[in-house]
Amino acid sequence: MSDAGPLLEMRGIVKSFPGVQALRGVDLSLLAGEVLALLGENGAGKSTLMKVLGGAYHADEGTVTIGGRQTAIHSPQDSRSAGVAVIYQEFNLVPGLTAVENIFLGQEVTRAGFVAQKQERKRAAALFKRLGVEIDLDAPCRRLTTAQRQLVEIAKALAFDARIIVMDEPSAALTSHEVERLFEIIPDLKSQGIGIIYISHRLDEIFTIADRVTVLRDGKNVGERPISQIARNEMIELMVGRELKDEFPARSRRIGAPRLQVSGLRRGRAVRDVSFVVRRGEILALTGLVGAGRTETVRLIFGADPREAGEIRLDGIVLDIRSPQDAIAAGIGLLTEDRKLQGLVLGHSARENFGLPNLTWLSRRGFVQLGSEREHFARFVDQLRIKAPNQEQRAGNLSGGNQQKVVLAKWLARNCDVLMFDEPTRGIDVGAKYEIYLLMNELVLAGKSIVMISSELPEVLGMADRILVMHKGRVTGEIADARRATQEQIMQLAVA
Amino acid sequence: MKHSLSRFLSDYGMIFVLLLLCAFFSVVTNSEQSPTGEAAAKQVISAIQEQFGKTPRVLVAASDRPGDTAFAASIDRELTASGAHVVAIVKGEPKDAREALVKINAAGGKLDAIACTQATGAWLVFSDLKTDFPALGEPRIVTPRGYRWPNFLKPDNLLNIANQIAVIAIVAIGMTMVIVTGGIDLSVGSLLALSAVLAARFIRDFAGGVNATTSGMLLACVAAIVLCGVVGAFSGAMITQFSIPPFIVTLAMMLVGSGVAYILAEGQSIYQIPDSFVWLGRGADFISLPNAVVLMFILYALAHILMSRMKLGRYLYAVGGNGEAARLSGVPVKPVLMFAYIASALLAGLGGVIMASQLKSGSATYGNMYELYVIAAVVVGGTSLSGGEGKMLGTLTGAFTIAVIQNGMNLTNVESYTQKVVLGLVILGAVLVDKLRHAR
Repeated sequence: MSDAGPLLEMRGIVKSFPGVQALRGVDLSLLAGEVLALLGENGAGKSTLMKVLGGAYHADEGTVTIGGRQTAIHSPQDSRSAGVAVIYQEFNLVPGLTAVENIFLGQEVTRAGFVAQKQERKRAAALFKRLGVEIDLDAPCRRLTTAQRQLVEIAKALAFDARIIVMDEPSAALTSHEVERLFEIIPDLKSQGIGIIYISHRLDEIFTIADRVTVLRDGKNVGERPISQIARNEMIELMVGRELKDEFPARSRRIGAPRLQVSGLRRGRAVRDVSFVVRRGEILALTGLVGAGRTETVRLIFGADPREAGEIRLDGIVLDIRSPQDAIAAGIGLLTEDRKLQGLVLGHSARENFGLPNLTWLSRRGFVQLGSEREHFARFVDQLRIKAPNQEQRAGNLSGGNQQKVVLAKWLARNCDVLMFDEPTRGIDVGAKYEIYLLMNELVLAGKSIVMISSELPEVLGMADRILVMHKGRVTGEIADARRATQEQIMQLAVA
Repeated sequence: MKHSLSRFLSDYGMIFVLLLLCAFFSVVTNSEQSPTGEAAAKQVISAIQEQFGKTPRVLVAASDRPGDTAFAASIDRELTASGAHVVAIVKGEPKDAREALVKINAAGGKLDAIACTQATGAWLVFSDLKTDFPALGEPRIVTPRGYRWPNFLKPDNLLNIANQIAVIAIVAIGMTMVIVTGGIDLSVGSLLALSAVLAARFIRDFAGGVNATTSGMLLACVAAIVLCGVVGAFSGAMITQFSIPPFIVTLAMMLVGSGVAYILAEGQSIYQIPDSFVWLGRGADFISLPNAVVLMFILYALAHILMSRMKLGRYLYAVGGNGEAARLSGVPVKPVLMFAYIASALLAGLGGVIMASQLKSGSATYGNMYELYVIAAVVVGGTSLSGGEGKMLGTLTGAFTIAVIQNGMNLTNVESYTQKVVLGLVILGAVLVDKLRHAR
């Protein structure tokens, strides 16, 4: 490896899909021992570029030079043997195999055709030691935590001497403590001469970890700076291509009578005796660490899981909610945390997804009123500015932000009185985030009530009227006036 | 417009494969056809009248098969009416013709023409009339003209295809619904047998056997179908209440259903059934289409509307596409799944009744391996086994594709073992083509 040239050089990468030009001649360079943050809105082309590097896609034009040598990447194997490891958001681990088996999957250490298990174990243990972590080598990966699985992925990359590691939203599913741990490991990797491409929507992280940023917009480079020469606002403006005055839109507050009252909610160890009230026109934020029981709580209210105890009242009337159907009929909607697994039928069209909770009123005598379904959906496509070629587009082919808007549309059309948003802006770019915030403001102004779960403290502080903090299945604190709260105050309650 | 066309092609691309197959077998089975019956008679009559005027002396020679009988009768009637003299009518074999000719020859009667079908015209006895029967004069052999037409495309053959596939196609409706929800129903073949045995036993034991009334038979059939529905409800309950994989539940019910059918039939076939029972399977009341085929088309039309236009259809797709997302959108997942398994069982029961009617008996051996043919029809029709997509009309196309291949191979004398090999490869090929089309 020569010290003179960059470790990785991508020049003029072009990639188009039917109807979309995803990359229009993108350049990217990465030095050894450097963390390069790759920024851009959803659909800007970050993931496509990384898939070209990882061998999942084949570029139409452009060259990739690794370690000074031009490399043709036609398959993930090519990319891997060139020393590139891509750690996708959805990990590529076989859940039933152990950490050791996963690390050496496809590159098993063998002797006379037999797997040399002892040697593999030894090498895996050494890798984890190098990372400074301890992981149960014999547990199947499905029993590891998200953070541990990510470490297994990193170990896997190190096992085949990767010189370039791509991390796609590595912190999205981690608790803040785990993110800190990850940030301790990254400098170690750097010192070993490994170049890291880091993709994240969390700008705070970028400032902590990155040495340089490259920003993409609409499949083109729009800026490249050392981290010391760029300010947060400038970064956002580069990404969205316009001036952004505020991350959170202002609104006037008109909070009314209590609407949703829950008391004594209980389910196993996840939710223990949770009670709270949401009022008309109020945004209540439910925050805490991942695993604090926030998602579990709203799932109980929605009837997605059976509750062991607890009472749910809407406008003072006790509801007997046994299934999501009951909750929806009562006027409660849940925007789930994971839109791909729980929010959308990815193989079906955007329109069909929109219609799903609304067919009860969009159909007559069992027949779906297709015309009226199309009309209503068209209205929301306009209002939410959903970008899709047409209503029949498969939901799975939409970008993250547009998928989230389709999920939003389906609940808005239902006209629910209480909306529970679980991580509504996760994995969504800045521009779409702002639009979703605006929409939430409109909803509460119209007298709806919103329960918002969020792990991003700036979002909690910026959007909520009132904050509930949970820890280990209990509500550990309430901050009545979110405008005067601080991140430290919340964290104290969250770890209490 | 262009968009909807490409969507249609991707949804129903299998139709073109089916049409190609039909074209292929049409070309391969194209052969000389000899007209029979009234059509042939008309040709012969006009030929005779043209050549010999209004009053020729004619011998009619035909075999004793039904088409030929009609041929002979028609010529006799028409020619006699127009003033010709039909000296004799031979119905049977060459020796009958020889006898007739000898008799006429001995009586010194003249003959102008001998009206034959294509087959009888080639009889050796007519080959040298001048030397064998000099007294007759020089009678001319008049035969209808042959023409070329594919055996495959003869109306009888096409009806045959439809009739053979009707049962499998009807059962495949239910199977499509189940597979769209991401499940599978292996019990349909056994339920088909169970239903046939139940219907036959009910008719024999309760409705009066061979003297059963129409309403008695109807009641027996409905009871058999409903009992199959109960089995389907049981499968559905196991799947939804205890989350046992559909493959296991229906595999178990496949064994149970088949076993119960053998027990009830006591290992025999039950045939104490009135003749009128075959109305459903063999009758043809509507423009000479068999009743079972008419029923099949009606059921497909209804199922297509259900799947494409109704809320329930949308729910079936949603449950198969992403069950959790569907549940969290307020779809009543369990009732939807129950519906699919009950519908599949009811349709299997109906299939059993049709089969009992076609064969005029009930036996536990019916429907053996049918679940696999039914699944093949669904899959060839473009429905994904992972659920969430698939079209009812695709399944109908798939069923017909399988039937056409089988029929075509029968017509081209491919032996039955080879047929199995070909059919297996065709199923694989169809799914492969579908995969490649979607991967594009």
